[in-house]
Amino acid sequence: MSSEVGLLGASCPIPITNYKEIVLAHGSGGKLSQQLIEKMILPQFRNDLLEPLHDGAIFSLGKQRLAFSTDSYVVSPIFFPGGDIGKLAVHGTVNDLAMCGARPLYLSAAFILEEGLPMDDFWRVVQSMQEAAAAAGVQLVTGDTKVVDRGKADKIFINTSGIGVIPDGVNIQPRNARVGDRIIVSGPIAVHGIAIMSVREGLEFESEIASDTAPLNGLVEAMLRSEADIHVLRDPTRGGVTSALSEIAHSAAVGIELEEARIPITEEVRGACEILGLDPLYVANEGKLLAIVAAEHADELLGLMREHSLGRESAIIGGVVAEHPGFVTMKTRVGGRRVVDMLSGEQLPRIC
Amino acid sequence: MKYLDEYRDEELARKIVDEIRRITTRPWVLMEVCGGQTHSIVKYGIDRLLPNAIELVHGPGCPVCVTSLEMIDKAHAIAQRPDVIFCSFGDMLRVPGSECDLLVLKSRGADIRIVYSPIDCLKIARANPDKKVVFFAIGFETTAPSNAMAVFQAKKQGIANFSVLVSHVLVPPSIASILQSPLNRVQGFLGPGHVCTVMGYREYEPLAERFKVPIVITGFEPLDILEGVLMTIRQLEAGSWRVENQYPRVVNREGNRVAQDLVNKVFEVCDRKWRGVGSIPKSGYKLRYDFKEHDAERIFEVKEIDTQEPARCISGLVLRGVKKPHDCACFGKECTPEHPFGATMVSAEGACAAYYAYGRHLEANPQTADVA
Repeated sequence: MSSEVGLLGASCPIPITNYKEIVLAHGSGGKLSQQLIEKMILPQFRNDLLEPLHDGAIFSLGKQRLAFSTDSYVVSPIFFPGGDIGKLAVHGTVNDLAMCGARPLYLSAAFILEEGLPMDDFWRVVQSMQEAAAAAGVQLVTGDTKVVDRGKADKIFINTSGIGVIPDGVNIQPRNARVGDRIIVSGPIAVHGIAIMSVREGLEFESEIASDTAPLNGLVEAMLRSEADIHVLRDPTRGGVTSALSEIAHSAAVGIELEEARIPITEEVRGACEILGLDPLYVANEGKLLAIVAAEHADELLGLMREHSLGRESAIIGGVVAEHPGFVTMKTRVGGRRVVDMLSGEQLPRIC
Repeated sequence: MKYLDEYRDEELARKIVDEIRRITTRPWVLMEVCGGQTHSIVKYGIDRLLPNAIELVHGPGCPVCVTSLEMIDKAHAIAQRPDVIFCSFGDMLRVPGSECDLLVLKSRGADIRIVYSPIDCLKIARANPDKKVVFFAIGFETTAPSNAMAVFQAKKQGIANFSVLVSHVLVPPSIASILQSPLNRVQGFLGPGHVCTVMGYREYEPLAERFKVPIVITGFEPLDILEGVLMTIRQLEAGSWRVENQYPRVVNREGNRVAQDLVNKVFEVCDRKWRGVGSIPKSGYKLRYDFKEHDAERIFEVKEIDTQEPARCISGLVLRGVKKPHDCACFGKECTPEHPFGATMVSAEGACAAYYAYGRHLEANPQTADVA
């Protein structure tokens, strides 16, 4: 290290990862994303609300507990089977709020538009956001638009932020996971990531794989209305099921154990993952949630989730254990066992 | 899923494991040649299903890992040129050269693209006539036919702005090199299923005879690997050394003649330097002179680059099955996929990277640990 560490510790703390510039893997939701946040951002802004690095911040104003969350959307292509960037931008923030146990109320939307974006495309995106917001029961109450030179953005980038209220008695946080809890996933995994990849790579499968993007607040409300003692909710978006569960295991200092054979996945998505050399556990979902619930309520909650249109194929995929705190293991299909670690960088297709 | 679930059946797996246990009377060291097999073994925890007497060591069969540092530096020099679109298989992008990796070059503005097939590069070349499109043609015999086809088609169709940077490697010379080493511990091989799909397994017969080792050409699914182990142990216990084929649903003795003819038309055998191992005679392919217009090494005249690997890295020993990833003091500590020291950590199929990806650096005793 250089001896000339600047005032205020201004030397860049990141070199231990050996990257002198941002690479795409810093945005993959895996270890490099985590390092970027923990080394560059967290130390500068450290506070009690930020510290848990949850999907949103949870705080009280007067007697009301609120959740506040933000997310940016840069997906390419902007229209894809099952959705578009606008729908994703609404669902993403709605879902982040729902994962805090909140009822989403208000959204903001900021658009960064590339010069030359066809007006028709922008109109389609805006229409789609309107439909998504109406369906999720949220209002878009403030926003911003900026236009940049051609080539300085990719068609359209959207940021949405949202605020929701947390009902009394609801306490949903990653650190609440307890030994003995069961883990439920609300349906087949890895659909969104494969839908995007198949259009991006121009891959043609026998049947089109459509994104699972959907607002989960309705499902969450139904779950919270039940008597079930739900400890954690998480939508396994970027980085997939593995990254979400690794973060939970880490923040609750518990171990998590999965059973590969119980994890729901469609034939099409499994086939695509096999062909592309990708592990579905690391592929993004947009309309799925993970629920960690007290064991005695797991079956009841599972039954209730299966009655909801977005939870028909819910399944119990594992449980919380005292062993190996901080990491996730899996019993494989053939009866072996392995650790399921967070991804280092982006998942790259293998050569053979 | 059809053709997959049949090969991942827990009940059948248990039966094969029981049979292996029943016939094993003493310790044996087996090597799986392919990176894909290593990946499966660690991913499904297959090594932990086996009796302790059977040790699986991991072979040199990760083509990304063994691509020499010199060649990677050449690739980087070419990829950085503003007139070049550099195309590569995905897992080559994270492999560090002397200075950085292709992902970093991409972040600095180089036009670097992941392709699933080298044939896709021809489309890119046609669509970008003012650019030179270069494909990084690496791999074992498995990828040689499609790489050969891309070059063959480029010549036939007169696509002058397409070239390949060739760093092909061959399996049989590497097996011979492992067996000749005084440090060798390997007593039997799970042979490379996909390499033999192309090449057949005739050329493994003299190896089995010369070194008196059983070689069982093996597939990649969990049951394939377990059956391959069973067949190898049967031979070892019986004191025989034949080439056997566990993977007949794909592999036959002669291989794919059409593919072989094409490969021979486009490539010729040459000496090749392997990362972590060193130079092995007649262990690679280079482009034939007839195809020199598509040879990136000739077109770009990249000068020889002198390189050095970190001294503490034991990847050469890992690649030859002498050591295992967790025998290295750096494994999972200073040496990680984000910051790899050497060959076996750089690609997903490398033994160290597979151990890391499936969390064995997190375990107290990775050799036998049952983490639950």
